[in-house]
Amino acid sequence: MSIALTAPPPSRMRLGIRTGLIIAVLLLAALPILNLLPRDSAFHVSDFIVSVTGKWICYAVLALSLDLAWGYAGILSLGHGAFFALGGYAMGMHLMRLIGPRGAYGHPVLPDFMVFLGYTELPWFWHGFQSFPYAMLMVMLVPGALALVVGFLAFRSRITGVYLSILTQAMTYALMLAFFRNDMGFGGNNGFTDFKELLGMPLGTPSARAVLFYASLVLLVGSMLLCAALTRTKYGRVLTAIRDAESRARFLGYDTTRHKLFAFVLSAMLAGLAGALYVPQVGIINPGEFSPGNSIEAVIWVAVGGRGTLVGALLGAFSVNALKTWLTSAAPDLWLFALGGLFVAVTLFLPRGLIGLFDRVKKGRGA
Amino acid sequence: MKGRSLYLDGVTVVFDGFRALNNLSLVVEPGELRAIIGPNGAGKTTMMDVITGKTRPTSGTVRFGDMDLTRLDEPTIANLGIGRKFQKPTVFDDLTVFENIELALKAPRGPIACIKWHLTGEAADRIGQVMTEVGLVERAHDPAGILSHGQRQWLEIGMLLAQDPELLLVDEPVAGMTDAETEHTAAMLVGIAGKRSVVVVEHDLEFVRALGRRVTVLHEGSVLSEGSIDHVQNDPRVIEVYLGR
Ligand SMILES: Nc1ncnc2c1ncn2[C@@H]1O[C@H](COP(=O)(O)OP(=O)(O)O)[C@@H](O)[C@H]1O
Ligand SMILES: [Mg+2]
Repeated sequence: MSIALTAPPPSRMRLGIRTGLIIAVLLLAALPILNLLPRDSAFHVSDFIVSVTGKWICYAVLALSLDLAWGYAGILSLGHGAFFALGGYAMGMHLMRLIGPRGAYGHPVLPDFMVFLGYTELPWFWHGFQSFPYAMLMVMLVPGALALVVGFLAFRSRITGVYLSILTQAMTYALMLAFFRNDMGFGGNNGFTDFKELLGMPLGTPSARAVLFYASLVLLVGSMLLCAALTRTKYGRVLTAIRDAESRARFLGYDTTRHKLFAFVLSAMLAGLAGALYVPQVGIINPGEFSPGNSIEAVIWVAVGGRGTLVGALLGAFSVNALKTWLTSAAPDLWLFALGGLFVAVTLFLPRGLIGLFDRVKKGRGA
Repeated sequence: MKGRSLYLDGVTVVFDGFRALNNLSLVVEPGELRAIIGPNGAGKTTMMDVITGKTRPTSGTVRFGDMDLTRLDEPTIANLGIGRKFQKPTVFDDLTVFENIELALKAPRGPIACIKWHLTGEAADRIGQVMTEVGLVERAHDPAGILSHGQRQWLEIGMLLAQDPELLLVDEPVAGMTDAETEHTAAMLVGIAGKRSVVVVEHDLEFVRALGRRVTVLHEGSVLSEGSIDHVQNDPRVIEVYLGR
């Protein structure tokens, strides 16, 4: 009976993936250092590479959060960009408050756009955002609360599959329209920009770039470890069970609404954190971040990498975005076709994504 | 804890004007093993759906002890101690046999409890015991998705055992099983009853005879006849609608 009592040893595949991940993280960590080398050095890495990679790391965290919801719990969210954007807006509000009297209008408290729109005092929901800890709390709480409400209503009513996807897509679309409005108090279609500093550190400098890059990398590694640990517990297996046969899980006594809600809220919070680190790196946040296309792109990253594997989400986020960065400069008109074609190709030929391909090659070699 | 009885009274389920259950009344005593037979479409599966909270009856009473089951959802009813095996075996394909049984094992069901859960020696022993009982020890670390049809049936029965329910509802457990497997299943269900109540729905009369217990014949959503297998087999109404065909 000993066969039954011991867990199987980690497969060679898993060990290989772990080694690959450690190497990838070390390589990423080296980028800002290589950026310091003299420009004529063969190992010099340009500012562009550092800042673009910093963005991709945030995208990778978003992909990871989506994989938790979709790949494990089976919640195909087409609105995860909304959680990312809300985290970004919460961070943006903090950055706007930090501008203080340095704005173009020189108002001691009100951000420029409020002065321009004739606000005389700060709207109530802007209070507190001058505090970094408070803003960080909101970065997680606001997306988490939205996920809690939307998830509760949808899961309790047993809305699943394509209806759930449409619902989440409508959620991000509605938020986009709302944030476009000037009277919402979030800067309308211009959003927030012209950030000055964060934690006393002037933004836009090489050192700020490096700090934000490392902060994102720490978030990525932390999220990866959290998701990996979580999905290896019995809870992870309950999510898989719900994904594959939700009704069966209910008859086993699992309150699937609660389990899905837990995963969805956690996932939204991770996405919010990713958005919060994204905004100071790109220097702007506007309602375009809520556009339905962004959420769909995130789903494609996960599908391309291979869902339900966590590593696949990372692989997909980096590879699709690398392709996008290259293609949008080489042949900008082709990008949307390429993205669509990629999705169709992966769905038809690589249902388990790039990770599945890797797996198949290994099996082919008889490993 | 003293055993609870299952009590259905005047249960009617209407789907788009069609009466799947029609004024059905049935009592299953604690520890009883009850076989339910009836032609296809008689409402046997619908009856299980009503007991387990999947379908709300249009009218009638469904009680387990003093709990009104018509007001509870599936997980709550499952946690009251009512386990169910489906007609079409449903197991979690991506999880191993071991993990399937681990999920079924009686334990707190909330997200936090599942995160904190770690496999104690006692739990592992229990899982090993269940796998032995259903003959799947060698397949412990195989994903359930690659099991044969019969093995899936067994795994589902194993999950039911691991759940340790007070009342088991078993829908057509021997469909697709060999004669030897069928016999083993009958012996196992007889062994389970006594400690728990068991309701078995089955087409196979030989199987029902092997159980050797009280039989209820359903027809068009209500009870047509009830008694020993010999009694119902000789009941002219049963012969007319079911056995005689
Ligand atoms: N969800 C449903 N909607 C409509 N009709 C249903 C539904 N479930 C079952 N029925 C009908 O109710 C009748 C009883 O079905 P069922 O309980 O599955 O019978 P049995 O298990 O005895 O073969 C059948 O005619 C079936 O078509
Ligand atoms: Mg049936």
